[in-house]
Amino acid sequence: MSLALNESDITRALTRISHEILERNSGSTQITILGIPTRGAHLAHRLASIIEGIEGVPVQVGTLDITLHRDDLRLRAPRPLMETSIPTQGVEGRTVVLVDDVLFSGRTVRSALDALGEIGRPMRVQLAVLVDRGHRELPIKADFVGKNLPTSKSQSVKVSLREHDGIDEVRIDGSDAELSADAGSKS
Amino acid sequence: MKHLLSINDIDKDFALTILDTAAEMAKVSEGPVKKLPTLRGKTVVNLFAEDSTRTRISFEAAAKRLSADVINFTAKGSSISKGESLKDTAQTLQALGADAVVIRHPASGAAHRLAQGKWINGTVINAGDGTHEHPSQALLDAYTIRKHLCGGRGDLSGLHIAIVGDILHSRVARSNVLLLTKLGANVTLVAPPTLLPHQVEQWPVKVSFDFNAVLPTVDAVIMLRIQQERMSDLYFPSEREYSTLFGIDSERLALTKPKSILMHPGPMNRGLEISAEAADSDKSVVVEQVANGVSIRMAILYLFIAGSQESVNG
Repeated sequence: MSLALNESDITRALTRISHEILERNSGSTQITILGIPTRGAHLAHRLASIIEGIEGVPVQVGTLDITLHRDDLRLRAPRPLMETSIPTQGVEGRTVVLVDDVLFSGRTVRSALDALGEIGRPMRVQLAVLVDRGHRELPIKADFVGKNLPTSKSQSVKVSLREHDGIDEVRIDGSDAELSADAGSKS
Repeated sequence: MKHLLSINDIDKDFALTILDTAAEMAKVSEGPVKKLPTLRGKTVVNLFAEDSTRTRISFEAAAKRLSADVINFTAKGSSISKGESLKDTAQTLQALGADAVVIRHPASGAAHRLAQGKWINGTVINAGDGTHEHPSQALLDAYTIRKHLCGGRGDLSGLHIAIVGDILHSRVARSNVLLLTKLGANVTLVAPPTLLPHQVEQWPVKVSFDFNAVLPTVDAVIMLRIQQERMSDLYFPSEREYSTLFGIDSERLALTKPKSILMHPGPMNRGLEISAEAADSDKSVVVEQVANGVSIRMAILYLFIAGSQESVNG
């Protein structure tokens, strides 16, 4: 199991993404940051607080659970729903920045776009991820990437965050040769 | 766990999962688009061999909000009224490819028979069988209590809940006693001795015959309907006496804690077990129970039929 990002790498990546989001959107007044539970939600709140620190004004931040929109529902046991909380101004006409920890097949993001469509019609949607590990199965691309990690499909990427796991780090598990059970990574 | 036949089928953790899931489902019902694609391609049959308003329409609304196809099937106007057996009806449903059968039946154990009969492959959800159980009603009652008195989180530890009236014939009472005590609440049954079931002393509850003495300590009062259709005998001397001793009115309601709530599974006999004033008071959450019923039934349908049958385990 090799360490790909340590705590300060993660902090630096999030700081850079925050600046990129502000640059792309000319400030924070039009953006709503929505994290995909569990770890994407923690990252969303971190990005929001960094942006608030830079701009000095509150940022609209919330969480978006995508469980009910997954395309693999009938393939596995139902999972409990996570919390969805949409900030007061809603998403109508705003620039929504979706946040997730790992971008892999792209199916989670597709589900998130469907979930978002049921809440309202944003002006545009952007995607920020901490890690892009490749192997897309859908035509989806991130706007803001913390770190591109080339992996083989049999490896797994494990993101740990202080709020949820007690430590900030990203590890790559398994080698090209061994088939691992993709634990903890997003598909 | 494939079927929901009794509250005994679910443990405390899974009951809390259902309540948490329902809380998220409620947000869908409040949103601009009241529809999710989750059960697209699934068929839910509502088999109602006994009259029902709330349960049937809320299961129907729940299934439709999750994009399932819904087939409604009531005793009146179907071959059940011509004397078709449950087995033959079930085999018809199997031929239709039902993924779930929501069954309401006047015979206790009908849902169990349907589930154990191997006549159908789908999930059986008990929507009330005779005087036995009504699990989805208990879950929506627990959800309503938790939302009002526990901030919508955790279990019901430390709450005192009174269930009042026709316990003997009430499947709602049976399911509620099992669920509310499982979730940590203290339950007191209040009823005339004739309307208490045999061996009620073995239930995990207190029993009282004095409604006024119980009221000051309760957080929630669940009133039960006097089920005249199931009463073959005289259980109390007169409706007026019953109403005086065991009915709730605004004076009795004033004896409860300020934040307490008044519940009734409906349909209400206004003037008998509940006065019109009490039913329409600020403490009454009867109408909200119906709205919560849709969220709970969405959660049940999602958790029991969304996944593949092989891997379903609560």
